[in-house]
Amino acid sequence: MERNGAVAGGRAAPRRGMRTTAAVAGVLAAIGASPAPAAMEYNLQTPVTPIATQIYDLHTYIMWICVAIFIGVFSVMFYSIFAHRKSKGHQAAQFHENTVVEVIWTVIPFLILLFMAFPATKTVLAMKDATAPDMTIKVTGYQWKWHYDYLDDGFGFYSTLKTPYRQIHGQEPKGEHYLLEVDNPLVVPAGKKIRVLITANDVIHSWSVPAFGVKQDAIPGFVRDSWFKAETPGIYRGQCSELCGKEHGFMPIVVEVKSADDYAKWLAEHKKAAAAADDAGKTWDQKELIARGEKVFVANCAACHQANGRGVPGTFPALDGSSVVTGPKDGQIKTVLNGVAKNGQPTAMPAWKDTLSDADIAAVITYTRNSWSNNTGEAIQPAEVKAARS
Amino acid sequence: MSTIPHDHAGHGHEEHGHAQHPTGIMRWIMTTNHKDIGTLYLWFSFIMFLAGGTLALTIRSELFEPGLQLVDPEFFNSLTTLHGLIMIFGAIMPAAVGFANWQVPMMIGAPDMAFARMNNWSFWLLPFAAVLLLSSFLMPGGAAAGGWTLYAPLSVQAGMGMDLTIFAIHIMGASSIMGSINIITTILNMRAPGMTLMKMPLFCWTWLITAYLLIAVMPVLAGTVTMLLTDRHFGTSFFNAAGGGDPVMFQHIFWFFGHPEVYIMILPAFGIVSTIIPTFSRKPLFGYASMVYATASIAILSFLVWAHHMFTVGMPAAGQLFFMYMTMLIAVPTGVKVFNWLATMWKGSLTFETPMLFAVGFIFLFTMGGFTGLVLAITPVDIQLQDTYYVVAHFHYVLVAGSLFAFFGGIYYWLPKWSGKMYDEKLGKIHFWASMIFFNVAFFPMHFLGLAGMPRRIPDYATQFTDWNQVSTVGAFGFGLSQILFLFIVLKALRFGAPAPARPWEGADTLEWTVPSPAPYHTFETPPVVS
Repeated sequence: MERNGAVAGGRAAPRRGMRTTAAVAGVLAAIGASPAPAAMEYNLQTPVTPIATQIYDLHTYIMWICVAIFIGVFSVMFYSIFAHRKSKGHQAAQFHENTVVEVIWTVIPFLILLFMAFPATKTVLAMKDATAPDMTIKVTGYQWKWHYDYLDDGFGFYSTLKTPYRQIHGQEPKGEHYLLEVDNPLVVPAGKKIRVLITANDVIHSWSVPAFGVKQDAIPGFVRDSWFKAETPGIYRGQCSELCGKEHGFMPIVVEVKSADDYAKWLAEHKKAAAAADDAGKTWDQKELIARGEKVFVANCAACHQANGRGVPGTFPALDGSSVVTGPKDGQIKTVLNGVAKNGQPTAMPAWKDTLSDADIAAVITYTRNSWSNNTGEAIQPAEVKAARS
Repeated sequence: MSTIPHDHAGHGHEEHGHAQHPTGIMRWIMTTNHKDIGTLYLWFSFIMFLAGGTLALTIRSELFEPGLQLVDPEFFNSLTTLHGLIMIFGAIMPAAVGFANWQVPMMIGAPDMAFARMNNWSFWLLPFAAVLLLSSFLMPGGAAAGGWTLYAPLSVQAGMGMDLTIFAIHIMGASSIMGSINIITTILNMRAPGMTLMKMPLFCWTWLITAYLLIAVMPVLAGTVTMLLTDRHFGTSFFNAAGGGDPVMFQHIFWFFGHPEVYIMILPAFGIVSTIIPTFSRKPLFGYASMVYATASIAILSFLVWAHHMFTVGMPAAGQLFFMYMTMLIAVPTGVKVFNWLATMWKGSLTFETPMLFAVGFIFLFTMGGFTGLVLAITPVDIQLQDTYYVVAHFHYVLVAGSLFAFFGGIYYWLPKWSGKMYDEKLGKIHFWASMIFFNVAFFPMHFLGLAGMPRRIPDYATQFTDWNQVSTVGAFGFGLSQILFLFIVLKALRFGAPAPARPWEGADTLEWTVPSPAPYHTFETPPVVS
């Protein structure tokens, strides 16, 4: 039952070194009668890049050294606990120092550390070598989604959680990839060295894919890099790994590694679709706008303003019945474009002008002005948003 | 070893002649007595421990199943944030100061702390800080929700709960600094004649070093949170790249405080364990001098390892390697300590009363926490495990099974001296075994969760993490309930405990055991002479 690193191939048998632990754990788990028939994962995910493999082996190596020392040290202690008891009539010796012994147990741990430091250093240097990539992708963290820019091909897209709210709130059964599924995964070719430039737009996020051995904080205002070379096609999943606010647990990372041919096909289709997406001059009818707007709302707005438009009292304002949403449309367009600032400081309502297209903003405004108890009957056209941008 | 110059046996403090002191509540508000203040610190920290524990159990309840059941995500973030802040600044640190207040003067043969009135103020600042912290839950926008590390820029976004948290940290920092000055001055100036520094009980040594660490780093924390405050309200851009600042600078300054802080919480625990182990082994502490040097080395190294909390921010290879090597180096003096405790037990005449059980439990579990610390020191492995439950497991092994277990041991060890009453040994042992077992049920599975990739600080998780989370929640509730038993044991001892002799532990040889139990209100008004 491989539910974690997703499709990745067979896990090498020797890596499953702790079966007994798992068995003991299974007994413990029976206490908390589990509803989901999930595998009990207890080790690092199956690596699919050379770096992740090195990390996996490094962890195994160091853990076994630690286990060996632990067993050695505590055998001595438990022997002492059983043999040197007062209840067995053991008389206390009165020694309290021994320079030779003390030097030995200072020097030996130091030597053991050298044996750990050597392979670790090699891996650190390998991880840091992001030179000569085959392609470069820019990753930007937003509250609470990711944006991927294919710098070599000149297009990009957002990637947001696909798990429906009803699953999260227990109103329908949870899917196989609950919380680890997105609308648009990052797609990359197998066997190529992919350099990722990582940054953020608002707060610090962290882009992490365990099967690749990649975890790099996304820091607003700075660009950091990392790289991976995934050998096996498949779908690999990770999660934002730096607390970034309310929806931190709901911005997964999904990377689809395709074979060279499949990737080329995907790239061609995607470029065509991206070019056709927003025809600026088109006039949309209200139904189209509301349908598109609902999607935009769920992906971008519902986290704070809630799917029912009622917000969270005291924290996130309601849109249902809001004076901005039911008032003049220009006010709402400006609010969505530029965000809300209080005393010169940005608030939780960000500016969406760089994040969403004219069509998306027009659609989502139309949606909010015609949903719940709001009933303005208006349809906002992308051209109006474009005009308000200036 | 010493003489008792001034025996107050049989005199309650009420009859004690030379100082009139108020009774009832005013006694506690106005007290300048180190024993009263020690008691206040310990009760305060226990109340905060229960408050922080309640937050922890709410967290564990939400995490019992995937999906959102009990709390919304923002409130969940407040729970994890306040759980951390309350346990660190409200429970562990004040408890350590409580031990210092009771024990440092009695162990060095001093009549009281050096600055008695400042001692009172150090304590009475804390309840106000606690009220600020806890009341932030009631503020618009809720309590701080950026994690106890308060990373900018997330904490710049937060509501006014964050401001209350910042002020609470300022107040607690001031309290800690004053407490440290007091402890350092007391230890350096008020030791009984003949007690050279290298004859001092190890508990006093570890606290002396801890106090220097506190004075070094609490101002750094105060500086960081003040920069955060001005970024929030006065238009500065320390941590805002758009204004020329750097969000990562917050982390550097925070962890320059944060890593020594880890040792601030563990060194006094080392001191307590180094007191308990020789007593119940009926044998002197092995390698006293190397213990002192190891403690000092750990303290110095603690200033050189801060960026191992930040291996994923993207520092140059040279930075990663430097901080990895320095962090690994800490294993050497820490290993020396564990070996010394072991050698103290070796060929002793061991008995296992509750304090000894907690001390041995401490060595066992703290060493496991030390090993996971070594695993995390390895930069590439840390990058894989950073911000996962593995880290949560690691620091609970060193802070709960480390500091907290040592403090439980210390309470059982000194309660007869403090109260003049013995606790119920059988219940004490039950408390130990329940804590030991449930602690591991709660926290051991977190290693697996972290390895499998479950991030920390998330209110909901993918379904493959369900089983271990359920085990962990069961363990957490067991552990929480065990601490109610602890409260019962202490109250039962205070009310119904059998009278304790002056020296209830056969192997105990420090100065506090030379005065009657309960220790008179004033001890060592004429210093004992240590040969």
